[in-house]
Amino acid sequence: MSIAEPTITAQACFHCGEDCDDNPVVFEEKAFCCSGCMTVFQLLDDHNLCTYYDLEANPGISFKSAKRRERFEYLEDPQLLDKITDFKNDHQISLSLYIPNIHCASCVWLLENLYKLDEGIQKSTVNFLNREISLLINTEKTTLRTIVELLTTIGYEPEIRLEKLYSKEEKKPHNRSLWLKLGVAGFAFGNIMLFSFPDYLNTTETSLGIEFRVIFGVLNILLALPVLVYSSSDYLKSAFAALSQRGINLDVPISIGIVALFSRSVYEIVSGTGTGYMDSFTGLIFFLLIGKLVQKKTFDRLSFDRDYKSYLPIAVNVIREFGEEISVSLDKLKAGDKIRLRNQELVPADAILLSDEAFIDYSFITGESEPQVVQQGNLAYAGGRVKGISAQFRIQEEVENSYLTSLWNNEAFQNPAKELTLTSFADRISPYFTSAVLGISCIAGLYWLSAYGIEQALSVFTAVLIIACPCALALSTPFTLGSVLNVFSLNGFFVKNSLLLENFAKSEAVVFDKTGTLTQAEEAHIEYKGYELTARQQSLITSVCRQSIHPMSQKIASYIPAVNILEPDHMDEELGKGICGHMGSDQVCVGSRDFILQHTGLKEAEVPEFTYSGSLSHVTINKEYIGFFGVQAVLRKGLPPLLKTLKKRVATFLISGDNNTEEENLTPYFGDRNSMLFNQSPEDKLAFIKKLQQSGKKVSMIGDGLNDAGALKQSDFGIALSDDTSSFSPACDAIIEGNSLQKLNRFISFSKAGMNIILASFGLSLLYNITGLAFAITGQLSPLVAAILMPLSSVSVMIFTFFATRFKAQKMELRIWK
Amino acid sequence: MEVIFLLIGFSLFVALLFLGLFFWAVKSGQYDDSYTPSMRMLFDEKKTSNKNHQETKNRDV
Repeated sequence: MSIAEPTITAQACFHCGEDCDDNPVVFEEKAFCCSGCMTVFQLLDDHNLCTYYDLEANPGISFKSAKRRERFEYLEDPQLLDKITDFKNDHQISLSLYIPNIHCASCVWLLENLYKLDEGIQKSTVNFLNREISLLINTEKTTLRTIVELLTTIGYEPEIRLEKLYSKEEKKPHNRSLWLKLGVAGFAFGNIMLFSFPDYLNTTETSLGIEFRVIFGVLNILLALPVLVYSSSDYLKSAFAALSQRGINLDVPISIGIVALFSRSVYEIVSGTGTGYMDSFTGLIFFLLIGKLVQKKTFDRLSFDRDYKSYLPIAVNVIREFGEEISVSLDKLKAGDKIRLRNQELVPADAILLSDEAFIDYSFITGESEPQVVQQGNLAYAGGRVKGISAQFRIQEEVENSYLTSLWNNEAFQNPAKELTLTSFADRISPYFTSAVLGISCIAGLYWLSAYGIEQALSVFTAVLIIACPCALALSTPFTLGSVLNVFSLNGFFVKNSLLLENFAKSEAVVFDKTGTLTQAEEAHIEYKGYELTARQQSLITSVCRQSIHPMSQKIASYIPAVNILEPDHMDEELGKGICGHMGSDQVCVGSRDFILQHTGLKEAEVPEFTYSGSLSHVTINKEYIGFFGVQAVLRKGLPPLLKTLKKRVATFLISGDNNTEEENLTPYFGDRNSMLFNQSPEDKLAFIKKLQQSGKKVSMIGDGLNDAGALKQSDFGIALSDDTSSFSPACDAIIEGNSLQKLNRFISFSKAGMNIILASFGLSLLYNITGLAFAITGQLSPLVAAILMPLSSVSVMIFTFFATRFKAQKMELRIWK
Repeated sequence: MEVIFLLIGFSLFVALLFLGLFFWAVKSGQYDDSYTPSMRMLFDEKKTSNKNHQETKNRDV
């Protein structure tokens, strides 16, 4: 979806901003590119909703490239309604719909004013980042189907996917409990600081001082208790879980610190020997939780764990006995059902073609770039996309048993261990850290025991535990990675789990998929080589090519700017091979070499034989060889320089499910032929990644289709490429936008820099720990020192990581602002 | 000086009130979507009829 610059030229469509070409539809002195756009304007105008056009210039969604309006009968099925609604009673339903087209403030405004278009809508709320609309609908006045049809009419077609039928997933509580814990900790922190203030003044002499001490002590304990029980529960639980499995993670020393802080403070307050460290305690938890909140930063609108169910639509059009079409949800689709699929629609289950022939694009499933021709009676596999004319199919298998599903459920493609074994650097060093801290505290305690007795010894022992609590250490990883992730997302690279970034930084081999990743099928480059074409010849060729639905012919037809189109008298087409047309006395043939030889009677020597990287169509007019059209897939913008620089630091590989016609083209970028593999099945791809890993390399894989899904899962860091982050991508660890792929090299450098920043901030926080230890061992750790040192270390680590990552990002010319 | 105990009680009460409000805000979902409201505040509530909409447009041009 491209929104043109907001210009007020006569040629830009008032609704969607696209060029109106030569003949705009004019309504109320406004130009529209098509009647679809005008209809929306009229509808909004009638309902006083024209503010839509004031908020942003040309906010509408273009109807030119829009798919045929889908049919929504299936939304009237009560069983289905139960599955997709959040709440339902006799006269109300509420549900949320995913609308990929939401893109600007105008969209939010219009969708939240939907009630003006349909009075049955009681409330509509948009979540912009998730591209979701929550609806409360009065079912006595309207139906869900009417609303979805209305949304589709104005260009906001909701996307209802098959997965909704199977998993009624609970809505995530969105970190709500984390916010609450943070609130409690912050509340206690602030109040305890206030109540601790008199302690720092010397009021012990007066009688009021003692009263103060008692009342503030009690209040501090009361305030700190919920922090210990509620706010810090995650750390305590995690430490307990780790210990009960005889492991040590970073939460163990933190929990030791927490418990030591709290119990020592309670002891001091109750016994009246001191004022305790409750301010440090609550402050520590507060900062730790802020770190956790930063780490929890997720990209809700992107989903990284998808399966085939989110690829398939929720319903297809089934043809009933008397030829009428009804949309039926996929879970009710049975073998033997007759369905009709139109241009760009997906084959939902393995099915036999009933129409004469059809073009099916399997690029997403297999990686082949050319659409395949399926003849009547042959099987079309689920997941293929119908190109060109519509076709009828008979379902052979139910959705769950189709090839696509079995491919997906293949056990080899599951790699559940990948994230379970994730540990941050901090977790890895924590056993050493913990034993060092315990060692130091015991030695210091023993020293003081021999010299000054048990009370002083215990005091030093707990002081060491308190001050060595690795809170700054625990903050450095989430803050650095959070910052890195933020920079990445500003640059079109979305990482699912920040801990995986380490794998990415260390990758020694990068494997690329070809179709859809390195190349873009839609952007194919077409060229003509041969004798110069006269205007007459041009119109002859175009007129013939227009008659075929083969993508190659379509490309040729749109490539030649023909003036007058002729109607061929007689056509001869061999699907996927070539086409011959007769117009008056002229005969034009376009097709493969064999086809041309067969149909024109030319001798072999007269039609040249080429090795061309890409697909090729020869042209003859009146049995005379004219030249050929070549179609080459072009690399994405900025990729040649990327591949060259990338090759210098890591091994690069190409692995493709497509044939090797473009091998020649790609060799310069990948060095030698051994690093390029063609005709690879999904299983081959996975095996190749495994082989690389067995040779001791960390492998990053970049792919876009289902055929890469296994390889993406197996690789140490799987990146799915998606031109539109709202569209489907296979399960992966990160999603990269198509035009950001050229920055990949810098992304690797930046994640490496991020790892170094973590190390540096570790150093920084250790410095604080050592300073604190000096106080603790010498028995001088007063609550004041602890209260200063702890927040200081946390805050300085936060500031350091924030600025260090931004500085690095700027140096690498990555975007750091919106 | 004893009035300070009263004041402490009062300040704690106010602070608890705010904590309660924060809980209410989180539970009612105000922290679930922190982006869309920033767009929503730009919308005018005034009803622009078609005519004055055109007038404003003309003035802009």
